[in-house]
Amino acid sequence: MTFAYGWRSLARLSRAEWTKFRTVRGWVLGMAVAVLVTVGLGLFSASGSHSSCGGPSDVCPAVPLGPGGEAVDDKFFFVHRTLDGDGSITVRVTSLTGRIRLPDATPGVRRVVPGVEPWAKAGVMIKDGTRQGAAYAALMVTGRHGVRMQHDFVHDTAGGRSGVSQAAPRWLRLTRAGDELTGYESADGTRWAKVGTARPAGLPAAVQVGLFAACPGDLTVRQADLGGAVAALRFAEATAAFDHVAVRGGTSGGSWRDDDIGAEREPGGAIHHPGGATRAGGVFTVTGNGDIAPRTDGQMVEKTLSGLLAGLIVVIVVAVVFVTAEYRRGLIRTTLLAGPRRGRTLTAKAVVIAAVTFAAGVAAAGVTVPLGAHILRANGDYLLPVGPLTDLRVVAGTAALLAVTAVLALALGTVFRRSAVAITGAIALVVLPRILATTSVLPVDASRWLLRVTPAAGFALQQSVPAYPQVTAFYSPQAGYYPLAPWAGFAVSCGYAVLALALAALVLRRRDA
Amino acid sequence: MRELRAEWTKLRTLPSTFWLLLAAVALTVTVSAAAAAIVSCPSAGCRYDAPKIGLSGVQAGQAIVVILAVLSAGGEYGTGMIRTTLTAMPRRTAVLAAKATLLTALTSAAGTAAVLGSVLAARLILPGNGFVPAHGYPTLSLADGPTLRAAAGSVVYLALIALLGLGVATAVRDSATAIGLVFGLLYVLSVLPYLVTDPYWGRFLWRISPMNAGLAVQSTAHLSSLPVGPWAGLCVLAAWAGAGLLTGGLLFRLRDA
Repeated sequence: MTFAYGWRSLARLSRAEWTKFRTVRGWVLGMAVAVLVTVGLGLFSASGSHSSCGGPSDVCPAVPLGPGGEAVDDKFFFVHRTLDGDGSITVRVTSLTGRIRLPDATPGVRRVVPGVEPWAKAGVMIKDGTRQGAAYAALMVTGRHGVRMQHDFVHDTAGGRSGVSQAAPRWLRLTRAGDELTGYESADGTRWAKVGTARPAGLPAAVQVGLFAACPGDLTVRQADLGGAVAALRFAEATAAFDHVAVRGGTSGGSWRDDDIGAEREPGGAIHHPGGATRAGGVFTVTGNGDIAPRTDGQMVEKTLSGLLAGLIVVIVVAVVFVTAEYRRGLIRTTLLAGPRRGRTLTAKAVVIAAVTFAAGVAAAGVTVPLGAHILRANGDYLLPVGPLTDLRVVAGTAALLAVTAVLALALGTVFRRSAVAITGAIALVVLPRILATTSVLPVDASRWLLRVTPAAGFALQQSVPAYPQVTAFYSPQAGYYPLAPWAGFAVSCGYAVLALALAALVLRRRDA
Repeated sequence: MRELRAEWTKLRTLPSTFWLLLAAVALTVTVSAAAAAIVSCPSAGCRYDAPKIGLSGVQAGQAIVVILAVLSAGGEYGTGMIRTTLTAMPRRTAVLAAKATLLTALTSAAGTAAVLGSVLAARLILPGNGFVPAHGYPTLSLADGPTLRAAAGSVVYLALIALLGLGVATAVRDSATAIGLVFGLLYVLSVLPYLVTDPYWGRFLWRISPMNAGLAVQSTAHLSSLPVGPWAGLCVLAAWAGAGLLTGGLLFRLRDA
């Protein structure tokens, strides 16, 4: 018995199983139905999603894109001057305070209290001009996350953990040497510790260097009446005081300029929530709101694949019946007579059902994602842009999830030999956790655990936009953020499928058919 | 009457019937207890609906009821028993009615046990998680009108789910397909309202989804924000079950077995 013979034998058995599959009309029809419900429900939910930006023209303001092509928030108050070539900026931050708007106690009456958001940020920045979305690197103190060095919106490096106060001010220094920016922090202005280095994309010779303050909104989450949770971001702002401001390098002929980057204007022309800066005796006080971060406010492209849950149920039914029907009709005895190596016969069945469902999944997702995205955009929804590789991962991941679920269902069908039990088991393992995690009254932590330890973890393959720990947002499964990384989640699903298949091979070998 | 006795003998002598009923009770109580153990209310104003949490196991237990209901009709088609049944009892409507009556009785009995167990578990567990009178949650009790409505409504809900399962299984004559269909109707339709952002469509889909509308009977708080009232929601489910039974019954009469 050689290895090559084993492969040929598996190929022969797979061909036999493929012949069985394609000649049973119900199963082929089932696959077509799985594709159709996935596409149909996906497009239906996409066309049921409308949004508008209001106003007389109803034109949404363009969302700035970062150097990496991702949608970004880029709103802060910038006190800056031009820096030509290499140089550095050094400041001492003596305080970081702020204001936060809380949920209204009496409707319509604003309740603003003093307080600092955990990710309120202020410090020094070097940026490629004042255009929103331009490349930058910044060194900052934050409300509760210590000193950070961030650049180009998505990158974040932690520095010292200490906060900032009058008694314990913090010195920050950002230097430029060629394309490389380096950040340093210090408690006393003499002993400096390196925080990190950054190479912002395509930084020109002349850049803007200066002080900034920004503050993301205050996040509150409450239980929704119909299940799930409702998150709201309310206005918050941060104010920082700087002194010992020193800029070295080519700053010829420039003075400090103030810019409220990304300020939104109200219909009357006034700035909505303006920032500001004052200078007195070498002390700069800068107030800002908004955030410099990847944007989380928008639809994700995988939202169009919501019909997959229905498609999964159909695939589970077909995969289970693919084996239980053999038991019911007695065909299993013929099958095992033709392929007496039972493990190999089961593998052939798994290969066929996986290949068929993968193909069906590619067809379903390949149609739904581009078409659904088109419908969402036409309805005025903003889709967070992702790269072509991510799009590909969402489509292929959906197909892979279908294939793995089909193998799991097939294995359960082999173990139980009864379609009712196997179908229920597979649905309870894959579909139910996902539904419970996204729509029930379960607390977010319980939902996250469900999506970590059940085969539903594989849904993480569909998440197109990552969660950023340095960005304030409600990263719940309901909002489309899974607790595991895409491939880690898929590995959990695969683990279940492999385990179930091994168990199925074992009982198939031990048991009389 | 003869049909009822015959169906009862069949159902009673199937070992799976007993185990499925037991599983339905056990699963419902376990999931309810787990939900009660997970949810916590650290301070006043946490907006949870305590009786609904205590009865959330019904969402899982109904799956077992669906299996029982589907197998009571689909199983006969799988084994060919249906031909014997119809030879012995040619009045097909009476056969289906007997099946429906027995299923209703059995699931109501099991449902009552499951619901009582769930309420008891929640009554014992919830106060430990901050659901105390100081936070606006009196101890769960069936003497409380809305709680009694939620509990009794859950039993009716389970019985209606069984009838829906029976109707679908009779219509499609195959257990696997019927189970897939019923689970799709229950679980997939229940998430659809959350997938559309348009509020009108969302509420409409919520109203016609058998699971969302049917389980509205468990709500005791924020009733005004529900797209459909508790009893009206149960009527939506009853309409689904009725439509399922009617379709199944008509096809059962018109078609060869």
